[in-house]
Amino acid sequence: MTVKEFAEQSGFRIINLADNAGEVLIRQAYCCDLLSIAMTKVPEGAAWVTVMSNINTLAVASLTEAACVIVAENAAADAEFAEKAKAQGITVLHTEKPVFDAALMVHEGL
Amino acid sequence: MSDTIKLQYTVSTDDFTRAGEASGDVKRKLKKMGSAPEVVRKVAIAMYEGEINMVIHANGGTIDVEITPEEILMVLQDSGPGIADVEKAMQAGYSTAPDRVRALGFGAGMGLPNMKQYSDEMEIETTIGVGTKVTMKVFQT
Repeated sequence: MTVKEFAEQSGFRIINLADNAGEVLIRQAYCCDLLSIAMTKVPEGAAWVTVMSNINTLAVASLTEAACVIVAENAAADAEFAEKAKAQGITVLHTEKPVFDAALMVHEGL
Repeated sequence: MSDTIKLQYTVSTDDFTRAGEASGDVKRKLKKMGSAPEVVRKVAIAMYEGEINMVIHANGGTIDVEITPEEILMVLQDSGPGIADVEKAMQAGYSTAPDRVRALGFGAGMGLPNMKQYSDEMEIETTIGVGTKVTMKVFQT
């Protein structure tokens, strides 16, 4: 499943859809909010579900080559966050669903 | 022609918006040069944690990176307060980060332990009131 396919199927709000979203494959779901753990553990190609929606989340997503970031629990995501996601070419989706439910949707779509 | 590539980055004071730019840049360069994915990952993690530490604790600083076919050398130098108890700082879970930093998802006391784990060699030189110099090496092979 590509990031773009999941973005369309899930109905999650799209904060940023990267240019390559139609080609990047989601390989698994990953959940973590502590960035120092995420930095060492986000698998390449993961859809990373988190409530941590600050610009450092994007830096970690970029460094770990996550397929996309899913901000769950309707966590606040401001304009600066959206702009940075666009600048870094990271797909970010947003949902009111809890972390587990969002990750389960990713898992079931694999 | 030299086989050594030298890079220098400035890490700004308290600027979380730019943290990760230096490690991101080194990561891109290493990938382009064909370093092994595991090497690239180790450098990215070790250097990013170093960057974050400098932003949180040390009013920024400089990072010098030397890339050779054999190794990646990273020297992180700051003029911050120094580390009072290095042994304690190296313990996973020990942190002196303020609450505002914890709210961002850091301050779990994993910065230095991650740097140690993901570099092949690490050395810390620190003087209270003067600053800290962290030297890390990741071998290419």
